[in-house]
Amino acid sequence: MSTVILLLITGLGLGALYFLVASGLSLIYGLMGVLNFAHGSFLTLGAFAGFELTRRLGGDRWEVFLASLVLGAAVGAAFAALTELLLIRRLYERHIEQALVTVGLSLATVALFEGIWGTDPIYVTAPDWLGGTTSILGATIPNNRFVLIIAAVLVLVGIVAFLRFTRFGLIIRAGVENRSMVTALGIDVRKAFTVVFAIGGAAAGLGGVLASHYFGYVSAHLGGSLLIFAFIVTVIGGLGSLAGAAIASVAVAVLQQFANYYWGVGDLVVVLMLAGVLLLRPSGILGKKVHA
Amino acid sequence: MSATTPTAPAPVTPDPAGRGSAVGRVLGSRWLPLAVGGALVVLAAVLPLLAIEIPGILPGPTYMPGTLQLLSLCLIFAALALSYHLLFGTAGMLSFGHALYFAVGAYGLGIILQRTDMTLVPAIALTVLVGIVVALGLGAVSLRVAGISFAMVTLAFAQAGNVLVRRNAWLTGGEEGLRLNTTNVPEFLVGVLNTRNVYWLALALLVIVFLVVAWFERSRAGHVAVATRENELRVRVLGLRPFSARLVVFVIASALAVLTGTVYFILQSGVTPRASSADFTLTLLVMVVLGGVGSRWGAIVGAVVYTLLDQRLSALASSDAVASLPDVLRIPLSEPLFILGTLFILVVLFLPGGIAGTVRRVGSGRRATRAARDRLEEAE
Amino acid sequence: MSATSATDARTPSGSSAAGPILTVSSLSAKIKGQQVVEEVSFEVPATGVTALLGRNGVGKTSTIKAILGLIDRRGRVEFAGERIDGLPTFRIVQRGVGYVPEDREVFAGLTVAENLRLAERGGRPGARRALVDELFPDLVQRAQQSAGSLSGGQQQMVSLGRALVNENRLLLVDEPTKGLAPLIVQDVADALERAAQTVPILLVEQNLQVVRQLADTVVVIEAGRVVHRGLAAEFLDDEALVTRLLGVHAEADAPDAHPDDQNGGTR
Repeated sequence: MSTVILLLITGLGLGALYFLVASGLSLIYGLMGVLNFAHGSFLTLGAFAGFELTRRLGGDRWEVFLASLVLGAAVGAAFAALTELLLIRRLYERHIEQALVTVGLSLATVALFEGIWGTDPIYVTAPDWLGGTTSILGATIPNNRFVLIIAAVLVLVGIVAFLRFTRFGLIIRAGVENRSMVTALGIDVRKAFTVVFAIGGAAAGLGGVLASHYFGYVSAHLGGSLLIFAFIVTVIGGLGSLAGAAIASVAVAVLQQFANYYWGVGDLVVVLMLAGVLLLRPSGILGKKVHA
Repeated sequence: MSATTPTAPAPVTPDPAGRGSAVGRVLGSRWLPLAVGGALVVLAAVLPLLAIEIPGILPGPTYMPGTLQLLSLCLIFAALALSYHLLFGTAGMLSFGHALYFAVGAYGLGIILQRTDMTLVPAIALTVLVGIVVALGLGAVSLRVAGISFAMVTLAFAQAGNVLVRRNAWLTGGEEGLRLNTTNVPEFLVGVLNTRNVYWLALALLVIVFLVVAWFERSRAGHVAVATRENELRVRVLGLRPFSARLVVFVIASALAVLTGTVYFILQSGVTPRASSADFTLTLLVMVVLGGVGSRWGAIVGAVVYTLLDQRLSALASSDAVASLPDVLRIPLSEPLFILGTLFILVVLFLPGGIAGTVRRVGSGRRATRAARDRLEEAE
Repeated sequence: MSATSATDARTPSGSSAAGPILTVSSLSAKIKGQQVVEEVSFEVPATGVTALLGRNGVGKTSTIKAILGLIDRRGRVEFAGERIDGLPTFRIVQRGVGYVPEDREVFAGLTVAENLRLAERGGRPGARRALVDELFPDLVQRAQQSAGSLSGGQQQMVSLGRALVNENRLLLVDEPTKGLAPLIVQDVADALERAAQTVPILLVEQNLQVVRQLADTVVVIEAGRVVHRGLAAEFLDDEALVTRLLGVHAEADAPDAHPDDQNGGTR
């Protein structure tokens, strides 16, 4: 029983991480039709920013940890916004080229990160509690999982609130449904594009800092390794659906944990889930209709 | 020219340069590409016998094994890029999993050589056969969807393949990779001194792949595939079946990739899991786009340029000249992929037709840029 | 078929001496390489309703979309004396053009109120919000209801409301009565008639009774080209001409008496 609890909660923790990355991917694709391969780099840069801060100020203090979270999110948002403004915008409505440009960006940035920080993983320090564990119903759970889950829930709530209560949120929700009609109402959707990129980047950057604590280290490939899973989760949940991304994140991560523990085939199970969903329901669990 | 009625399907035969200019007319004549291609093959074939040096690009004179190794790699990736061109450029199928078949070729041959007593040629044949079966199976499943979904399914299968390779170290050597078992491999292909024989093998591979791709594109099936890319509805209305056309293209392209993988295995005397990674397929995508989507020789040029650049930049990165630069310059220059990635971004932003497209513009002017961008987008 | 320009639109009596609000000259448009609009030229007077007529598939919706820049176009379009053919859609609309698309295209996931709020320019309450509330009391009641759950007629109200809520100088309305029950058709026509008192309308319509009620002038399109322009009443009274240009069943036109079709006009 305690094993099941452990797997469930760590699965939720992993799912939280997936969601932090997938939320941005889903919104970006939903609104703009862009497959953002550089999303992993937003995560990695956020992680490195958080790392650099704790390195300089001392990683075992709570204020520093929280500050690193904020910094990671800010750096991720800035990087993402710049990407949109300088690269994506120039290729307006040219989705394949936009995806290609993000491919180039991901290749270049990962290499740059390796150049700056080296190829070996760098270990991070954290407040003591984070590295410790808590016992729940007999299961011993690493505490950083709880932080992840809380963070993901906060991000989800935050994004949902943003979408419900702000004008940009309104524009984004409408644009995900029908982009051309939004322009036909006299609205410049392009501004919303930058906002969506920034939101995705912030979530990814935050996820990056948390991922570095989850795995215990930062490296240039941190984002890339998570990105594949994030893509899979996004597609399963339905491109463009935030709720779908949330549900799929949890489902995939929990199943992955169980499959890994009992049979060692977690990765394979994820891939099979993707293939299965795509073949049975091409638009994902909650996605808008993908034109086949 | 204005059309008052729905326009006829766009012409499919390749038109290397625009009509009208004198250069265009010469370049557009049908025999020129054939003649030039033949001349290039002959030139390439005699390279190992010559002592041509291109400092800065080639590590040494062309008869040296090191140089031939690099050139062979160029040829192999050119063949692989050609097979990807068939898939993406001609049939408009964006796949993120093409590397899987390359890996099937390399690992397949490796496993067969290690575990059986088959000699080289039957082993290659068997590998290709296995590849065809896999492609048929996975292709039939993947092609039930199209566009982004298709791309994602191919990614998923390739990821699965990658995971399988990494986990089954007993069969594939895991992270360490698989080494070439030379027991049943002909002498003349083994060893550093015989690199030039492998070079000729790679050249033969490229020629074969090119001929297959060219033949297919000119065939009726090829025309259907192109028509499917441009306007699927029209193809259906004509009573043809897009699914079959796509599946045929998929299997042929994958089989060619498998074949390329086997030659790669021989050249490198082994293979590592990187060959099955999503990163590798993305590299392929970069090669094809760099060279110019939709162009056969563009794919070749893109692969050769990329491979040479990658090699040269790596050499540059570890050179003394770079080590002595201030950090701001040293760090980017010591990472070949950074330069390649940035170059790729610039190409996509400003030269959407790639190298082939830029050359084409010489003949036909600015309209080609617009056409090149539209061409890329047709892949959806 | 050559363009029989019977008469250029005589401005209806009572209009101001101002020039046309919209001038379209040699407008051409392509969709996926196919020519859908071919050298279309006409004017929309600064008051009243101009009906854009033609058989199905002839290029009427494409013409509207071309004017708005929603599809690739060439040619000259002048709105209130200013060239708009090079502008992106949102700028054209910001200049004061309201658009009611074919199939309504309400945002199904948003509420009625949100649909209207989205349309209000600058995020401030629309200058004509009171008029919209007056015309469509049903919508006021259903303000918090999701637009996707509305009936076809109600969605049409939302779509109309979006275009009316701002002070626009021209409305482009595309088949507003399509697929609606006769009673609702009448409501829509009445609302448009009310709106036309203060803003000129370019109206695409298949239902000739609605056209008769609303239109002052007509422009007839065939195969992407203009084949007739003139006063609406004159045109509609000429049965032979109507049949020739619009098809055999044109005047037998009770409106397509389909009950409200499925929810959701979003693409």
